[in-house]
Amino acid sequence: MGVTFALAGIAVLLGLALPAIALARVKTGTPILYGIALLASLGLLAAGAISLLGGVESETVLPLGLPWVGAHFRIDALSAAFLVIVNLGAAGASLYAIGYGSHEHWPARVLPFYPAFLAGMNLVVLSADAFSFLLSWEFMSLASWALVMAHHRDPENRRAGYVYILMASFGTLALLLAFGLLAGPDGHYDFATMRAMSPAPLLATFVLVLTLIGTGSKAGLVPLHVWLPLAHPAAPSHISALMSGVMTKVAVYAFIRIVFDLSGPPDWWWGLAVLAAGAGTAVMGVLYALFENDLKRVFAYSTIENVGIIFVGLGLALAFEANNFGAAAALALSAALFHAFNHMLFKSVLFFGAGAVLNATGERNMERMGGLIHRMPGTAFAVLTACAAISALPPLNGFASEWMIFQAILLSPELPQWGLKVLVPAGGALLALAAALAAACFIRVFGVCFLGRPRTPAAGAAKETDVFSRAAMFAFAGLCLIAGILPGLAVDAISPVTQLLLSARLPIQAAIPSLTFVPIAAERSSYNGLLVFLFIAASASIAAFGIHLLASKAIRRGPAWDCGFPNAAPITQYSAGSFAQPIRRVFGTLLFRARERVTMPPPGSMVPARIDVEMRDLVWDYVYAPIAGIVGTIAERMNVLQFLTIRRYLTFVFLALVLLLVVVAI
Amino acid sequence: MSAIRDLAVQGMQMALVLLLAPLLTGFVRKVKARLLRRQGPPLIQPYRDLLRLLHKEAVVAVNASWLFRAVPYLVFAATWVAAALVPTFATGLLFSWSADLIAIVALLGSARFFLALAGMDIGTSFGGIGSSREAMIASLAEPAMMMVIFSLALIAGSTQLSAIAAYMLSLQEGLRVTLGLALIALVMVAIAENARIPVDNPATHLELTMVHEAMVLEYSGRHLALIELAASLKLLLYVSLIGCLFVPWGLAPVEGTVPDYIFGILAYAAKLFAGGLALGIFEISIAKMRVFRVPAFLGAALMLGLLGALLRFVSGSF
Repeated sequence: MGVTFALAGIAVLLGLALPAIALARVKTGTPILYGIALLASLGLLAAGAISLLGGVESETVLPLGLPWVGAHFRIDALSAAFLVIVNLGAAGASLYAIGYGSHEHWPARVLPFYPAFLAGMNLVVLSADAFSFLLSWEFMSLASWALVMAHHRDPENRRAGYVYILMASFGTLALLLAFGLLAGPDGHYDFATMRAMSPAPLLATFVLVLTLIGTGSKAGLVPLHVWLPLAHPAAPSHISALMSGVMTKVAVYAFIRIVFDLSGPPDWWWGLAVLAAGAGTAVMGVLYALFENDLKRVFAYSTIENVGIIFVGLGLALAFEANNFGAAAALALSAALFHAFNHMLFKSVLFFGAGAVLNATGERNMERMGGLIHRMPGTAFAVLTACAAISALPPLNGFASEWMIFQAILLSPELPQWGLKVLVPAGGALLALAAALAAACFIRVFGVCFLGRPRTPAAGAAKETDVFSRAAMFAFAGLCLIAGILPGLAVDAISPVTQLLLSARLPIQAAIPSLTFVPIAAERSSYNGLLVFLFIAASASIAAFGIHLLASKAIRRGPAWDCGFPNAAPITQYSAGSFAQPIRRVFGTLLFRARERVTMPPPGSMVPARIDVEMRDLVWDYVYAPIAGIVGTIAERMNVLQFLTIRRYLTFVFLALVLLLVVVAI
Repeated sequence: MSAIRDLAVQGMQMALVLLLAPLLTGFVRKVKARLLRRQGPPLIQPYRDLLRLLHKEAVVAVNASWLFRAVPYLVFAATWVAAALVPTFATGLLFSWSADLIAIVALLGSARFFLALAGMDIGTSFGGIGSSREAMIASLAEPAMMMVIFSLALIAGSTQLSAIAAYMLSLQEGLRVTLGLALIALVMVAIAENARIPVDNPATHLELTMVHEAMVLEYSGRHLALIELAASLKLLLYVSLIGCLFVPWGLAPVEGTVPDYIFGILAYAAKLFAGGLALGIFEISIAKMRVFRVPAFLGAALMLGLLGALLRFVSGSF
């Protein structure tokens, strides 16, 4: 029942893609299209939520695709959980776009692909055989590629689209091979059969590696992340929010589906590999974000960091599952899923905010913003909430999920394998480092863009964004708070997934008095976000009340003190580059080969001094540049074949024929 | 009955930390002054400063946003809640289960996050320098603190501060390598977090060496009073934390009686005295570091903490 309803919703979205071409021609078409997409997403959200909470599984086979397989679609707990994540994010983006979409100069380049993209992501989550999965996956990739290329006049966007389509094809190839191995020589492409026959250990290893490459390239695991900070920001902002907040989660879904569900019981070192990839990704992602000045790219890099955190949770879950620690595995998997949900919320708000700022100032460069909190108070408040949430500050949701991952790490000394014993605490240290650096990164983002004084006239003349955009931002910022103060309820909602994949679940949280969150046992650890929130509110009120009673209420507005310096030009403020300088000196010299060169003018000269910072992306230099070089060289050599005489071509054809005949003969 | 007692203990603790915090700050200043052969301000000087600040009008820059005026309350509230959850004289705090040690540290992180934002709100270069350096220091101090928490949590089998304190009090553990490493790392983190010498100098107003003081440069009047009080509370919190984790003796047990509590308060006073004395002596016997030496200092703390946690992961006998 659920799956039929969901497929109907997807059909509405797909059906919307064609009339969208006509709708794009009229001015009212944009809000109508996004409105219908919003309703479809809400319907799909309801289908997911009912299936998840009601524990209903449903399945249907459509006579499409390969004739002997058909197209299997199925909602189980895992699909339902990701239906909720995908469609909540999609609903928020559609609501935002009802207002934001009217600023689009070429709606015909965006509107048809938007519902197709949403449909693609939903189809991936619902697919229950390899063929429809890969088809949906590729459909999702292509639709999002078209959206990345929406503003293709900009050469940077064209390059982003090129790199994206290359990496997406590469990832799909890896997944294709992984499914090929899982399906076996007889070609059992539906998931139910794959699940029943678990692959041989060596095959399972290949499947893990291929899945890590295939889904990791979509999710943004370092070093497969290079396309992500180019492509996500190139699209219009609501699409960026979807790509960062939702599409990376679809990749996480694919990883969980293949590795936890289809590949049979895990080996212990799988956890090790996934954990190492996740921890490295988290730290590298946030360092990239700290040294980037383009606002939307900062958010894209921060997505890489959060994907790393999610993969740390998944790696821990695999390690625990391999050793049959059911409760600990359930905790780690719940943490990863909860963080996926949380990241969808706050990253959407951040990209919505970036879109609002981009509209108001025409700028993506943080160095040309400043003081926006005065001119865009609503946007600033929502973005501030999201910044606090993504920096893992209590009582917001980012803290709750990272707290769960730390609790899972603290359960791991009981793991018997030495590799895990050494690597898990190191992973924990990297995770703590990533969390602390994320806080620094978002102080920088909010402080430079929204606080201080405007650095350009455009930033000084910014206007608050429209009411739909603000509604979407406030709704998600509010959800960040609710998910943060009631993590227990979210974990209860996730528990069918852990039950399905690990046959274990956390204690029922709703039954614990005063809504405290207790993952394992009360004497071990507990956290009550609601109470922390109330305490902070009460203490702040007591302080405000006490001050009101005791202290002077006088307030005087004057020029800034600044240690007695006169009111200097806004350019003397700390900029994004100067804020990151101490951290660049600490972490950048090794990992990014950061070099600073100061050019001082000779005495008496009025020329300003210059500081030049040079940073290198080692992943690009040492991984991608050599590959691109090799491909280029080979292409150069092969180029000769293009200019041969007809006799040579005939010779080649003849030789090829002989070769094939020999092969057939043998 | 027990709930009422726990509530009373919790209420007393909240009031106690608030009242004692300026005294500890004043005591450290007095110790430093005496060691430098100065008379030093009287012990109650911080209270007088706070009162005076409260009665002055607040001067706020013309381009300050609402965030600038809200931050002192947020910083104070987060620090106070954190300080109220660290056992000082008794372990049986009514609300100790609402936040474990990780959450307490994260609460302090929230306070720092907002203070650093306030430093950037006016758009002056000194505010920015303070925020930027604070962010750099925090980016190393927080993971180091997390490693300390890992070590302690693995020893006590819990991240609940009251449970760790009760475990330490039961003397099951004895001397451990991990505990020693965790103590050193925790002290180093505490020095950095509280902006003490050699990381930062709370008394300086030489612009280029300021970190914490540069962030709060634009504050005055009641706002500054709240921030100063929050800074004192944070110092008290760290002394209490080290006290309840590494010298837990005298802490009143969960089902305490009145004499237990009185003894607990006396023991707590002795711990604060010892902590303040040690801090004063340490501060006058060392010179302030260059800002770019701080990462090495905190990196050492991080590595010590990681080593402690790693040893504990490898074997329960460390």
